[in-house]
Amino acid sequence: MTASTIELEVTAADRRIARYAAAAIVLTIAEAAIPSPLPGVKPGLANIVTLIVLWRHGWREAAWVTLLRVLAGSLLVGQFLAPGFWLSLTGALLSLAVLAVASRLPRGLFGPVSHSVLAAFAHIAGQLLLVRLWLVPHDGVFHLVPVFAGAALLFGIVNGLIAAKLMQESKP
Amino acid sequence: MKPWLVLLRPGDWLVMLAGLVAVGTSVPLLWRGGSADLAVVKRDGTVVAELPLTAPRKFDVVGPLGTTVIEVQPGRARVARDPSPRQYCVLQGWLTRPNSIAICAPNHVSLQLSGHEGGYDSLNY
Repeated sequence: MTASTIELEVTAADRRIARYAAAAIVLTIAEAAIPSPLPGVKPGLANIVTLIVLWRHGWREAAWVTLLRVLAGSLLVGQFLAPGFWLSLTGALLSLAVLAVASRLPRGLFGPVSHSVLAAFAHIAGQLLLVRLWLVPHDGVFHLVPVFAGAALLFGIVNGLIAAKLMQESKP
Repeated sequence: MKPWLVLLRPGDWLVMLAGLVAVGTSVPLLWRGGSADLAVVKRDGTVVAELPLTAPRKFDVVGPLGTTVIEVQPGRARVARDPSPRQYCVLQGWLTRPNSIAICAPNHVSLQLSGHEGGYDSLNY
């Protein structure tokens, strides 16, 4: 009797997703070392990778890269299944939902910065809702909306510009 | 600056502006902890008056040291005068937020604001 072998076809897209996800995970780890004045206010550098993948390879691959990053990133930081993981996941899912729509906007008018800002707002909205429903069941959390929204706008613009710059400098 | 500006497309400005407007409008709406609508005056722990924060008025409470004067104006209240030696409750000034409290301990009087939602004093997780 011979042992049956299962051959998994690895496509070019798979390798690409793995590479991009690895880059995003590195950024997640690097970012975990940056001190934050308020839990939840982070630059979200890994989203630069999501923006680039979205622009170059479409929403499906961007979703893969983002979800792999959330999963593997949380395992490496030791947050898997902890509140931080669920917050990242909720933020990521909401962002991806918004990006699914935003990526259909005409590209001549709306660039990566638009994608980034819209996704950042979706991210923070999802997280605040989860926090309100689960972690801090009181409307008091909404007093922090201006802080989170301001951070989302700032980091959304910065990340979008970085993504646009990187793509401008390295045309595939 | 220039090499970064060329990366922005017309719609990007629109999105950034919309984002800025969203942040701007969220500041006054949500920064304050709701509004207070009732001033509860207590003497020796029992409620002696519940004054709605709608119309201006003054209210006197007589305690062991003398008369404490509570002043109410639309949306805020304070202890205007009090015979307590250190005047802590008077120096606190106007109270505007729900659950904020001024206590004139020597005269056994307290003034606390309440909002329509009870709220919590503290939360921990």
